[in-house]
Amino acid sequence: MSEEVLRTEHLSKSFGRVTALRDASIRLAKGEVLGLLGDNGAGKSTLLKILTGFHRPSSGKIYFEGQELELKSVSDARSLGIEPVYQDLALINELNVYRNMFLQREIMYGGPLRILNDGAMRARAKEQLKQMGVNIPSVDVEISKLSGGQRQGIAVARSVYANAKVLLLDEPLAAMGVKESAMILDVIRRLKQKGDVSIIIVAHNYAQIFDFCDRINLLQNGEITFDQRTQDTSVEELTSLVVQEYRAARETVRISTSSHGEDTIL
Amino acid sequence: MRRVGLSLLHSREASIAIAGIALVIYFQSTASAFLSGSNIANLAEYAATTAIIAAGEVMVLISGEVDLSVGQVYALCPFVMFYVHEAGLPFVPAIIAGLIPAVIIGLINGLVTVVLEIPSFITTLGTLFLINGLTLTISGGFPVAPKAGPLVSNTFGGNAISQILWAIGVTLIFQFTLVKTRWGMHTIATGGNLIGAAEVGVKTGLIKIGNFIICSVLGGLAGTLDCFRIGSIDPLAGGTEIMFMAIASAVIGGTLLTGGSGTIFGAFLGAAVLGILKDGFTLSGVSAYTFDMILGGAILITMLINVHLSRLRAAGGGQ
Repeated sequence: MSEEVLRTEHLSKSFGRVTALRDASIRLAKGEVLGLLGDNGAGKSTLLKILTGFHRPSSGKIYFEGQELELKSVSDARSLGIEPVYQDLALINELNVYRNMFLQREIMYGGPLRILNDGAMRARAKEQLKQMGVNIPSVDVEISKLSGGQRQGIAVARSVYANAKVLLLDEPLAAMGVKESAMILDVIRRLKQKGDVSIIIVAHNYAQIFDFCDRINLLQNGEITFDQRTQDTSVEELTSLVVQEYRAARETVRISTSSHGEDTIL
Repeated sequence: MRRVGLSLLHSREASIAIAGIALVIYFQSTASAFLSGSNIANLAEYAATTAIIAAGEVMVLISGEVDLSVGQVYALCPFVMFYVHEAGLPFVPAIIAGLIPAVIIGLINGLVTVVLEIPSFITTLGTLFLINGLTLTISGGFPVAPKAGPLVSNTFGGNAISQILWAIGVTLIFQFTLVKTRWGMHTIATGGNLIGAAEVGVKTGLIKIGNFIICSVLGGLAGTLDCFRIGSIDPLAGGTEIMFMAIASAVIGGTLLTGGSGTIFGAFLGAAVLGILKDGFTLSGVSAYTFDMILGGAILITMLINVHLSRLRAAGGGQ
């Protein structure tokens, strides 16, 4: 068993009366790729946002490299090397590629004015993107001129450049074409080969990412219901679990509607 | 030729500068006094303080907010300066003391907008009336005259050259801040993608509050410069007119009201073009009523051109 990077114990989170996450315990080893699967509203984003320091958990504990920690802010998590790549990518359309890559960790000339060193940022951004296999026309173009895949690549490269130890990818292939998905998966594959970074991929379409994961966790209604190594499970098994969930949900809806007098077939 | 055309297309400032030059040529051909020294001084005095306020307004607009109260800060600060001076302080510290209320008002505008999550349009509409009432109350509604010596007066906007130098200085400082410093980059990020910037860790609230303070202080500075030029401090000076002129300058200069995009240099040119228009029409004997109609038309036309140019830019690719 390789060295553990991140572990959570019994994490729960409620928003008012809604419990978004219940008793979630996950673990992530160094260099491991964990697929965190689940339907919309299953609690994936909530779990992710707790790990990034965006939400504070209602209860439960987080351990990072064996140390228990309390994440007070996004900057807290980032300073430890926990780097989120959000679905909206948190890129700024009005800024160019290299300024986006260095947003909030700008290279500056010394002094109180905080003048930006564009030359240094441009050169390092170029090198990083090339290394990771992200193809863009130039680091000087504004983000708004790039495709979805290129943006995703830049967002991932930005996190890796920040010396990420844990990379949290939120739906990295959402709304992406086949070619663009291939590029992103290639970037993930390269990272996995290097083995420095542990990755959690959050997705609801598990077929696409299944082969890239070492382990799969399934979140259903705020709870982790399934934890298997990829080699011990299959897309078919996951499908049957999800189908069961749908059937159960359909049953609940049917009962609640029939109690109003009519039986509706969904 | 095509390349020149394209590069002009890429620079928002170029089109407004060309419009300004065309207007100067037109007015000079209709009224030969247009380019006379005294008229240029007249024009500069009008455009300079608008440009200073516009610089602050651009910072606020880029961060995704708007400040309607800046014209009232313009009226309040010189009064505070006057009373502090009357109380015995020399003019230079009194001027600085006069800007303290501007800092406080900017802070209030920012805190109410960011912390209480009230849209800045409403926040600053509220402070607009509040400050106006405050100025009228402390002044009793009567103008006063600052009794400054020629050195203080000439340094702080008492003549056209001093006014122009202040406007150019403010424009250069904030254009540099916007394009070359971390504060400027974070301002663009905040207005461009508020949630995204916050997710990355940009302190978006702090950026907005800071820009409200910058705008307010520049409003106070503009009012102070104008009080030495005019030689009296009027509780009803500035107001919504100078605020709307500053926003118009910003918009004509290419700043978007939706945030994330704009230039201080463009706002400076916008203020100059508005000044040229107003002054030119006055010289040509066009009435103030017609001027407002033309101003309205000019804003609409420049907005149309801006929107279409940015579409062309997007379609043409940025490389």
